[in-house]
Amino acid sequence: MRYTGKVLCLGDHIDTDAIIPACRLVTSDPAELGAHCMEGLDPSWAAKVVPGKTLLVAGRNFGCGSSREHAPMAILGAGLEVVIAHSFARIFYRNAFNTGLLPLEVGDGWTEFSEGDEAEVDMEAGMIVNTTTGGQIPFPPLPADMRAILEAGGLAPFVQKRLKANAV
Amino acid sequence: MPRTLAEKILAAHSVRPLGEGEAAPGRIVHCRLDLVLANDITAPLAIKAFRAMGASRVFNRTKIVLTMDHFVPQKDVDSAEQVLVSKSFAAEQDLPHYFEGGDAGVEHALLPELGLVAPGDLVVGADSHTCTYGGIGAFATGMGSTDVAAAMALGECWFKIPETIRVTMSGDLPPHMGGKDLILWTIGRLGVDGARYKALEFDGPAIGALEVEGRLTMANMAIEAGGKAGLFAADEATLAYCRRAGRPDSVPLAADPGAVYERTLSLDVSGLEPLVACPHLPENVRPVSDVAGLPVQQVVIGSCTNGRISDMRAAASILAGRKVKKGLRCIVLPATPGVWKQALREGLVEILLEAGCVLGPPSCGPCLGGHLGILAGGERALATTNRNFKGRMGSPASEIYLANPYVAAATAVAGEIASPAAL
Repeated sequence: MRYTGKVLCLGDHIDTDAIIPACRLVTSDPAELGAHCMEGLDPSWAAKVVPGKTLLVAGRNFGCGSSREHAPMAILGAGLEVVIAHSFARIFYRNAFNTGLLPLEVGDGWTEFSEGDEAEVDMEAGMIVNTTTGGQIPFPPLPADMRAILEAGGLAPFVQKRLKANAV
Repeated sequence: MPRTLAEKILAAHSVRPLGEGEAAPGRIVHCRLDLVLANDITAPLAIKAFRAMGASRVFNRTKIVLTMDHFVPQKDVDSAEQVLVSKSFAAEQDLPHYFEGGDAGVEHALLPELGLVAPGDLVVGADSHTCTYGGIGAFATGMGSTDVAAAMALGECWFKIPETIRVTMSGDLPPHMGGKDLILWTIGRLGVDGARYKALEFDGPAIGALEVEGRLTMANMAIEAGGKAGLFAADEATLAYCRRAGRPDSVPLAADPGAVYERTLSLDVSGLEPLVACPHLPENVRPVSDVAGLPVQQVVIGSCTNGRISDMRAAASILAGRKVKKGLRCIVLPATPGVWKQALREGLVEILLEAGCVLGPPSCGPCLGGHLGILAGGERALATTNRNFKGRMGSPASEIYLANPYVAAATAVAGEIASPAAL
């Protein structure tokens, strides 16, 4: 599995109110949430995302704050599939897998990226390559069961599949 | 092996008995849950996931709590629809602990007050401030709606046993201070990710002397340091609190002497002055005197952090015989119907109204910028709530300062950030 795209950069401690302000939590429709993604930081941010062709890179403690699953859903809804960060807040990290968003923890490697760089994530190799600068950032491969959750599209479809398999 | 509170509670709930050394930090344990919680924002998503999983019945209808508290009283059509989804689910599943309207309060104030949590319990909730129940010795942590949906279906959840940071506090707390100041000090020291993936455990004579409501305030904000849980031993004061809440079955609980901690922070509280967290992160903590004099347009007293009866008493003690500064709105939201009624009985409601406060219903409302007190661009608020992220209470061009209810009340009187001692 590979993801490629142009990098959008954010800083440290990007909180859930920045990702999706509470006034938008009256829906669970990913497209609607996606249109307001990062509105708390910059109302025009979501328009910068080219669906399927953008990678988000951020600093420490990405997703701190609320338990709202609307946060990873808004990022997915905006057209992003991967967030590369120094580190993630605990609840957001679980929520990302559960909703089908790939969170990649790379520590100080996040500083290898600047806004507008082109990058590629190679899941099998456990490597992110900044194709603009040639920089290489390795990450530990995901355990098979976490990959299975992502491949199923999140925890709910994953559990459903398991329940069906058990019933057969 | 001696165990921390987190290790003890998780080990006690493990589906299979753990051997010596198996309750160590980093180990993953599968646990039985005592309570699963969601609110009007997170329940609809959890219900959607619950159905998508193909689940039909909750694991135990008495162990699910749905509290309609964030956008209530329903602020618009969309939020009313969300409550309706939750209400229909509660009816379908015959849930006795569905709270809405006159029954409902801010979840983390309501559940301990009603005796729905007890020391030693293991609780997950689709709300990040679920960690509040650590104040009475429960291991409680926030998760997303999908995790909570699985918990509602299975009654089980996996946990990584966290390392624990011990915070030991001694000395006598000066006047006009409380749990809020002690947790702000801790967050200021650790930073907003200093306890990421870890548990906090508070002890020492100053913690023993703190009333249980102050401990709930502290545990509530463990998440603001990134913490998975904020834990307190269940002592005589805890048991008395639980008895009043209808839980005479509660038993004492403490970490084992010799338990291993990741590190220990120590504080003599005697020399502290009230603290304030400045925009836009809870770690930006400074003594109130450093920021005194900054003009404020809104004060909010309430929330799952500081909306309990002790907080109402603190605010009223400052506002008695004084007036809220003209041009400032001071919004007081007692966190539960029980707090409201007690405040009325004690004459606090009259004191607050005479001072010129706006008294509203129990609701999370302004804390998360939902309703009942939203900030315009350029406005500054001082609130007893838990987060001061940019735009949290309204416009991204507004500012939020966090403090205890004495400081909030003093600020309301002065029209600028003020220490109660300076009035």
